[in-house]
Amino acid sequence: MGVSSQTLEKLQSKARTIRRHIVEMVAEAGSGHPGGSLSSADIVTALYFHVMNVDPQNPKWPERDRFVLSKGHAAPVLYAALAERGFFSKEELLKLRKTGSMLQGHPDMKVTPGLDMTTGSLGQGLSAANGMALAGKLDNKDYRVYVLMGDGEIQEGQIWEAAMTAAHYKLDNLTAFVDYNGLQIDGPVTKVMSPESIQEKFKAFGWNVIDIDGHDMVQILEAIEEAKTVKGKPTVIVAKTVKGKGVPFMENQVDWHGKAPTLEQAKEALETL
Amino acid sequence: MTKIATREAYGQALAELGEEIKDIVVLDADLSGSTKTSVFAKKFPQRFFNMGIAEQDLMATAAGFATCGKIPFASTFAVFATGRAFEQIRNSICYPSLNVKIAATHAGLTVGEDGATHQSIEDLALMRSLPNMTVISPADGVETKKAIRAAALHEGPVYLRLGRMAVETIFDEDYEFEIGKGKILREGTDVAIIATGIMVGEALKAAEVLEKDGINAMVVNIHTIKPIDEDIILKAAECGAIVTAEEHTIFGGLGSAVAEVLAEKKPTPMKRIGVKDTFGQSGKPDELLKLYNLTAEDIVNAAKELKR
Repeated sequence: MGVSSQTLEKLQSKARTIRRHIVEMVAEAGSGHPGGSLSSADIVTALYFHVMNVDPQNPKWPERDRFVLSKGHAAPVLYAALAERGFFSKEELLKLRKTGSMLQGHPDMKVTPGLDMTTGSLGQGLSAANGMALAGKLDNKDYRVYVLMGDGEIQEGQIWEAAMTAAHYKLDNLTAFVDYNGLQIDGPVTKVMSPESIQEKFKAFGWNVIDIDGHDMVQILEAIEEAKTVKGKPTVIVAKTVKGKGVPFMENQVDWHGKAPTLEQAKEALETL
Repeated sequence: MTKIATREAYGQALAELGEEIKDIVVLDADLSGSTKTSVFAKKFPQRFFNMGIAEQDLMATAAGFATCGKIPFASTFAVFATGRAFEQIRNSICYPSLNVKIAATHAGLTVGEDGATHQSIEDLALMRSLPNMTVISPADGVETKKAIRAAALHEGPVYLRLGRMAVETIFDEDYEFEIGKGKILREGTDVAIIATGIMVGEALKAAEVLEKDGINAMVVNIHTIKPIDEDIILKAAECGAIVTAEEHTIFGGLGSAVAEVLAEKKPTPMKRIGVKDTFGQSGKPDELLKLYNLTAEDIVNAAKELKR
């Protein structure tokens, strides 16, 4: 497929901007989840700045593509993308997690423009995305539904109930991502409760599976395009990523799952981004 | 008097409403024959979604439908709907206040022979604790049909508590139903019996017995457990004694809701008829109602004790 080098550069630069926002907002909030936000920054950038058909002036436009952040703790990456896309002012980002803010610790669709679903309790987002995809099919709408899950999150049983549903109802208007960064709060996913083989599990559940490097923008875009051409089954893009990607001292460090950098650490991080 | 289970009335009402309100979709978890959503499924196969035996997925999928402007009715047995999927209802339906209707059948001990695992006696307490949730517990087939329509037209999450057992019809077709508004079914001055669900019929029978014994009992039907009708409870309290009756644990359901109102606004002597902090067991529904002290006779005894 033809993604111009100009487009690629634009997206890579946007992903950097989003990573900077993540570091700044989590540092300012004094709590939050930088690791899994940074690992999914390239995927979320691709969706909001190249793939998804959305209208920041009309966030509830019925024809829009939908995005469900099933791993809701990565809210900072989504808030940064929505602000950069123009759904609300970038000034809001520094109010993350503060009393009265439109940016709750985990996504609340009632208060944040552009959010398609309230999430945060792991394991529920794929089901909600299925509901949106089923509604789209029922009404013969062309919109697509995207959902991002964590690799730890798929330990939740409900994910596999929903995986069955998506295949059973042939939801080819649904594309799921697994942010396969390999780490969860208590350690490596393979040590805590191995979800492997993620690919074989989804295949066995009747899904089309695409493996990519979740930080390679070309691979991300190609996989999303391929998913659009697959008929009769949902697609999951298993994206190998690095937790904390882009901030050297956070990369692959489980400690940075749910810890905010100090202002000094944030300064150091921003210098590398 | 005709007898019909509230789940039967639900099935009929849903199929009728489906004609009129095209945004209604129905989801079930492999119990459509029992919950009676099968009637809708037959009539509108495209708008019916069997989710298999997966209640968590059932609720969160319904939430997804609601974000797209659909009016999903999600049905299964009350114990699984409110217990297994409680947190999905909390976080994916009530917190975002999505327009999902949870119509749960087989509530209470009158499930009968299936026993305690299937007898939901805590669903009202669970659902009542959730912000944005409206909780409705109809007394008969007529009220169920009206409640289903009202729920479909109401914007926001609604929990509807329905039963398996056929119950006598209390209301006639021109009965007016309004969410949040209780009904005085019988005026009285000595004691007020406030009942919900299948206990409304028992309350009416109890009032007749009390009448013979010289006690003039008011009977109030509270079909909406939340928001509770404070005005009618305070009016009932003018009798000076209150008996609540529900096919549910005495913790957290109708009795508790009434007690909360009275404790703050008009402390009144009261007794709660309900399941007394225990699980049910297998048996015929009417035998169980006797065994667990959920009959007109139990209401009569409670009223007499209060008047002693």
